[in-house]
Amino acid sequence: MDTQSLIYLFVGASFALYIGIAIWSRAGSTSEFYVAGGGVNPVVNGMATAADWMSAASFISMAGIIAFTGYDASVYLMGWTGGYVLLALLLAPYLRKFGQFTVPDFIGTRYYSKAARVVAVICLILVSFTYIAGQMRGVGIVFSRFLDVDITTGVVIGMGIVFVYSVLGGMKGITYTQVAQFCVLIFAYMVPAFFLSFMITGNPVPQFGLGSKVGDASGLYVLQKLDLVLTGLGFAAYTAGQKSMIDVFCITLALMVGTAGLPHVIVRFFTVPKASDARLSAGWALIFIALLYTTAPAVGAFARLNFIESVNEQAYAQAPAWFTNWEGNDLIAFADKNGDGVMQYRKGDAFTGKPEFTGETGASGERLVVNPPVTDNANEVYVDQDIMVLANPEIGKLPGWVIALVAAGGLAAALSTAAGLLLVISAAVSHDLLKQTFRPAISEKGELLAARLAATAAIGVAGYLGINPPGWVAQVVAFAFGLAAASLFPAILMGIFSKRMNREGAIAGMVSGLAFTFGYIVWFKLVSPDTSTAANWLFGISPEGIGVIGMAINFAVATAVSGITAAPPSEIARLVDSIRVPRGAGEAQVH
Amino acid sequence: MVDEPVPPGSEENPSDASGPAKLSPGVATNEREDAYWHANLRLLAWLMTIWFACSFGAGILLRDVLDRFSIGGYPLGFWFAQQGSIYIFIILIFIYVVRMRAIEHRYDLDD
Repeated sequence: MDTQSLIYLFVGASFALYIGIAIWSRAGSTSEFYVAGGGVNPVVNGMATAADWMSAASFISMAGIIAFTGYDASVYLMGWTGGYVLLALLLAPYLRKFGQFTVPDFIGTRYYSKAARVVAVICLILVSFTYIAGQMRGVGIVFSRFLDVDITTGVVIGMGIVFVYSVLGGMKGITYTQVAQFCVLIFAYMVPAFFLSFMITGNPVPQFGLGSKVGDASGLYVLQKLDLVLTGLGFAAYTAGQKSMIDVFCITLALMVGTAGLPHVIVRFFTVPKASDARLSAGWALIFIALLYTTAPAVGAFARLNFIESVNEQAYAQAPAWFTNWEGNDLIAFADKNGDGVMQYRKGDAFTGKPEFTGETGASGERLVVNPPVTDNANEVYVDQDIMVLANPEIGKLPGWVIALVAAGGLAAALSTAAGLLLVISAAVSHDLLKQTFRPAISEKGELLAARLAATAAIGVAGYLGINPPGWVAQVVAFAFGLAAASLFPAILMGIFSKRMNREGAIAGMVSGLAFTFGYIVWFKLVSPDTSTAANWLFGISPEGIGVIGMAINFAVATAVSGITAAPPSEIARLVDSIRVPRGAGEAQVH
Repeated sequence: MVDEPVPPGSEENPSDASGPAKLSPGVATNEREDAYWHANLRLLAWLMTIWFACSFGAGILLRDVLDRFSIGGYPLGFWFAQQGSIYIFIILIFIYVVRMRAIEHRYDLDD
């Protein structure tokens, strides 16, 4: 069977599996729709959390970012795993003991205030929508490259699949679908990694392979060889960083804290039976996540080596098939600046901006671009870093079924995260805004219907953003973490660990933290992107890391305001006492 | 740990209590819960210190120093940043799971 048929087979079979699971596990009550009835085994929940967590960014983009930035990409590796320590130790067991449905539920109840609940809903929706647009985009890219449909059709098919299992199944449906998706995505990620590691180093385990010697006569370790090759071409050494230490520090911390404050992650811990299960479940989730996250650095390093060896100083006429395939998808381009028909890969931009093709071909058959060439360097190759994982099996000349597997895996990663995000958005609308704030008299049946309608509407918006990504979407996806770190995380943390924190303090803290972080990002990314350099940044902290300062502002403002306003009522002190003690966590319920 | 064991049965605490209002406000329960909470905070302080040291410490702040050593083909600081800290995170969570189980059992507050 040829590769294209295999891709249709693998992707089709995986979609059939997800829909089958969704039909088998339909949700019948709001409790099942919001938190899967609160009876999910901690290991199963850990696996679902891992799929929920590992998005198109983790699966498709991260290894590419690592390949092209080396040490600097450590911020993502530590940031997106270290947050689980904060979750397991500081948040998850207490929120599970609290035992309601959503993150705004906790904030609204703990701070005895509908206003606090609404502020939390606004934070949640802002964070979740910036995140979800990137997922639908990932679905579109996979479809357009592997299934030969255009991005719009790809996004519509993806929306249809997510619609079926999240609207029908709610949390119960997506939990079991996510377990299946985790298995697909981790298998799809590991298989090519084992192959590549074995081919390059002779050691099939990528985590060891990256620390081993390359299998040629040089006797060099992989990282030594990579440093040597890159510096030879004018790049910085792979193991040396470009970012300043304070920026690396702040981005890592913002990602960690943001991870712990992401509503679609937190809500997964509402689905286990007991408070102690929430801790255990976070541990399992991190094991499943670490499988991919400790493999990604190896995939990134091997991909960079392979890429250089198969592209640099090769005549375009003899370029490998994957190179021209991805060139056909606009993600690779070759600008023959010195007219020798040979691809020189060096430091610097081949031309300004993303490639726009003229529709004509050049002397060697390459697609010509309209972009003006950058003449102060010798680089002639443009490559979008997002393609590294998807192109890896082809670059490594792996068999067709591995390519098909990677296509199915990329879709599993994007769809599972999109479904988790859609669910928290719909719960925030139907439960927090309708049931708890504006329409308390609504029946359970009406609330369930509202949840399904809200999920449907959210899918529509997400799909629209995926098809027509405004320039800012791709840029702000990473900022969802900064916003979560500056708004939700401090409010939840103080709600558990401080009995003195009151309504006024929490609201003032969330609003000031969010406003500062949002303003800083909008300023440097939208209003005045030309001035976004280290010299102009506050303390040299980039917009990616500014959530740390926003968080500090949140804590400081909240503490100051709560100090000069009335202490919370005594039943709140008893509520805090109760969530600190694990005994007595019943099924999640409306109090 | 420094806390002495609590005599069993000092306070009835029904396991089906699900809301704050149902928690018995008896003195013995409060002392037990306070002691439990402080044991939890001490454990948290230790684990958070290690969390900070392996990632921000070894992986970022002290990286240049540690990179003079290596583990296999990995410079040590680079290894902490891209591999080691993740393994340590997992171990920290499971230490917390096991230690908290013991602490909850000691104060008769397990779920």
